[in-house]
Amino acid sequence: MTTQPLVIADRTFTSRLFTGTGKFSSSALMEEALLASGSELVTVALKRVDVADADDDILRHLHHSQLHLLPNTSGVRTAREAVFAAQLAREALETNWLKLEIHPDPKYLLPDPVETLKAAEELVKLGFVVLPYVHADPVLCKRLEAVGVAAVMPLGAPIGSNKGLLTKEFLEIIIGQSKVPVVVDAGIGAPSHAAAALEMGADAVLVNTAIAVAGQPVAMAHAFKMAVEAGRLAYEARLAAPVAHEAVASSPLTAFLD
Amino acid sequence: MSFRPVFEAHPWDAVQASIYAKTAADVERALAAPRRTLDDFKALVSPAAAPYLEQMAQLSHRLTRRRFGNTMQLYVPLYLSNECQNICTYCGFSLDNKLKRRTLSSVEMLAEAAVLKGWGYDHVLLVTGEANQTVGVDYLEKALKTLRPHFAHLSMEVQPLDQADYERLIPQGLNTVLVYQETYHQADYKTHHPKGKKSNFYYRLDTPDRLGRAGIHKMGLGVLIGLEDWRTDCFYTALHLDYLEKTYWQTKYSLSFPRLRPAEGLLQPKVEMSDRELVQLICAYRLLNEEVELSLSTRETPAFRDQAIKLGITSISAGSKTNPGGYAVEPESLEQFEISDERSPADIAAMLRRQGYEPVWKDWDAALA
Repeated sequence: MTTQPLVIADRTFTSRLFTGTGKFSSSALMEEALLASGSELVTVALKRVDVADADDDILRHLHHSQLHLLPNTSGVRTAREAVFAAQLAREALETNWLKLEIHPDPKYLLPDPVETLKAAEELVKLGFVVLPYVHADPVLCKRLEAVGVAAVMPLGAPIGSNKGLLTKEFLEIIIGQSKVPVVVDAGIGAPSHAAAALEMGADAVLVNTAIAVAGQPVAMAHAFKMAVEAGRLAYEARLAAPVAHEAVASSPLTAFLD
Repeated sequence: MSFRPVFEAHPWDAVQASIYAKTAADVERALAAPRRTLDDFKALVSPAAAPYLEQMAQLSHRLTRRRFGNTMQLYVPLYLSNECQNICTYCGFSLDNKLKRRTLSSVEMLAEAAVLKGWGYDHVLLVTGEANQTVGVDYLEKALKTLRPHFAHLSMEVQPLDQADYERLIPQGLNTVLVYQETYHQADYKTHHPKGKKSNFYYRLDTPDRLGRAGIHKMGLGVLIGLEDWRTDCFYTALHLDYLEKTYWQTKYSLSFPRLRPAEGLLQPKVEMSDRELVQLICAYRLLNEEVELSLSTRETPAFRDQAIKLGITSISAGSKTNPGGYAVEPESLEQFEISDERSPADIAAMLRRQGYEPVWKDWDAALA
């Protein structure tokens, strides 16, 4: 049973599971896990790859036609640095897609909303397909949409924390009012979290740590694949409404209508 | 604003007494806490925590993997000079030590760099003694400019500088500065640093503040273990880190815990730290701070390093030489201290892979600064 494809900018995705390349115990294992995940969009940190090296260990494991690269700007602290890094990534990795992440705070890696908005506006003008990593801030997401980003990537919980959808209330608002796809990024620690995000209408999720650091990354990647598919199918199938209250025998407030 | 008032609010004797007064109940509370405080850290480095070492190690391993994944950063020191105007009782480069003094030229730096590049390194740590006439800020600037095109990440472990000097060097490609207090015990500090600019305790203590104000990307802290009671000294490191993280929140931090090694004609450690105690310290740092980088050098033995990497460490060196010119130019010159782990970078990388870790050679890019 198939679900609706996801369209971001000029590209159509069958898989709604986006993945990352960090924290794996080897590049070969990373490759195997990414293939098992069915993912079609893989983010890679510019700082981790040697773009001058045609045989770079990470990049050479990502040479598969279905794996599109989403370079990210991890490490930059300002809009100015992000724009510079983005241009370098575009040239070196031959894609104008960009995961914009600006976290001047190296401890929790939380995104800077002011610099992110500034950089997004400039990068869109420079012709990038911008996917910004942001707090689950509905107003910020609308502001980013207004400057032309291709999707928004609000966080579920602090990056790498595996704590799940701690920002659920705000994600619901973002999903409810967004005109661009919403990708829940960061904090997803279990397939059930991913399924929950899709069930509530998120267009996709991005998962890295939960796969890379799992006991068996390849099996976990497959588990996420199934969870994301199930979540999306459930969303499209319309969940039955939960039963709110038990029926009551007497109707003290409406009996006069009888 | 500086660390000094925070430091002065914590007198050594009181801190030491409070650490040694910690009980098993304090340790258990610290282990169970969702977010640990400096007081919890005291319990974790106290003698009372010794029976809980396995539990600490398991927690530390888990937390480190969650944050840093199955990866290990590799770096290597590049000694540029052994000229030094300081007397440090424990150091091979001390002014009163008779050895041939040498400072690398740009051509020699590049020869050394070529060897390190050949081994796969992209992160190097530049090291000098303190000799302002020959290895002052002009020399350091020249070194950064010379080496910047060849490496992704440049760190520096040299004399403490003024804020303006750091502001001058950072745009030349300086990413990280390591500045170890050696000891936070003021009287003992004087004993070990009787002469030279380094004898000024507070100038050194304020260095991380000057680095923070200059906007450095990353700084490394630590004490030289063996000079004083390590539990107390390392509490001050933790206190310093806590202050710095809150004050310079855009800077990244790393910690080191070098144990005093025998060097040519020098003092033996006043306090010996056992392997068990070093593991206790590594785990205590990790349990206090899940994000801080923990670095382990070739001062430690292969047997210890092979096990310790699983317990909280995030970066290690390999193939290190601690003499200027040691890689290519003049391999036979006298070293600053003896290396215990002489395995090659390729051997260390293979050891890491065998244990399920991906050796990371590059995790920065000159374009990002």
